[in-house]
Amino acid sequence: MWQELRDELAPKGFELVTVGLDTLGAEGCAHFIEATSQSHPALLDTHHLLASRFGVINIPSAFWVNEEGDIVRPPEPAPAPPVERTPGPRPGGPVPERFRLMAREAKKIPNDAAEYHQALRDWVENGQGSPFALSPNEVLERSRPRSTSVATGHAHFELASHLEVNGDHEGAVAHFREAHRLVPDSWTFRRQAWSLEGGAEGPFARFWQGPSENDPDAWPYESGWLEDVRSVGPENYNPKFKP
Amino acid sequence: MITTTPSVSKQDFKNGTGWELKPEGACRGAVCIPLPAGTIDSDLVQLEDLAKAMRLPIVHDSERSLWALGPASSGGRALSDVQAEFELPTLEGTPFHLASLRGKKVLVYAWAPY
Repeated sequence: MWQELRDELAPKGFELVTVGLDTLGAEGCAHFIEATSQSHPALLDTHHLLASRFGVINIPSAFWVNEEGDIVRPPEPAPAPPVERTPGPRPGGPVPERFRLMAREAKKIPNDAAEYHQALRDWVENGQGSPFALSPNEVLERSRPRSTSVATGHAHFELASHLEVNGDHEGAVAHFREAHRLVPDSWTFRRQAWSLEGGAEGPFARFWQGPSENDPDAWPYESGWLEDVRSVGPENYNPKFKP
Repeated sequence: MITTTPSVSKQDFKNGTGWELKPEGACRGAVCIPLPAGTIDSDLVQLEDLAKAMRLPIVHDSERSLWALGPASSGGRALSDVQAEFELPTLEGTPFHLASLRGKKVLVYAWAPY
């Protein structure tokens, strides 16, 4: 779990800051934050500032900040330490077929957890002398490409998130769709929008991430998580850890 | 940043975008983007003018009378500066500044409940 890794490294001058990216803010995140020990800062990011400011495109991902407040690794996939348990309720009852299929794809997603956590420990121990702490130029070059159209997509995403919070779901969908079109490499933008649709009832709703079985035509987006992962291939879901 | 008017105060612009409007230009961290004379003469700045000068995308939803200013893209990358400062609220609504952890190594971890 992240908590254990955080507690291991904290005496060496390390801190973990978790940021929940969710248009629903506390309503979406509180439950999960309250299930942790809260020994580290846990923040809410309603309009995905971490995406527009730093280039986060999927979750979970992370970036490293040194003692001077400078980024030494830009956002990249941050696999959870092995014994991670997802906090929150375990839905009871039979598992829907869609979830079984999603789990099957998720299992095929390569996981660089061991390499990533070794790199983190090395940096915490050795600081700028660590081979995993990148130079400022490398940090900028490794951050996500951003064209004018990508930046415009971020503006649409913020509009969508703002409209959703203010109860204009239909308006939000139109701008989410634009954000998806203009920032096609952002999984977070898609996952966020999908999570706000009622693809399923009850505890599954936000994880359904695709058209409902009963009324697939009501789905306002081009695709869903299962469909997109199959389309790119689970092996390409995350970029491989690059030392 | 989102606004309901086509002009905003310099303070709101800074709060919304992280860019501070100074005589030398729009500045964030070590980066300053020069602005044409007259752009920031009054306390209320015109978003369209700033967007053009800073090459920030602006989206206007005329039906809902909303303006959204997108992030900078002039360097062609999400990051134009390695400075990591940001402010976000905790669950209790208290603003948290990343700068309060200066002196420590920090892993900023993005997660979501979906």
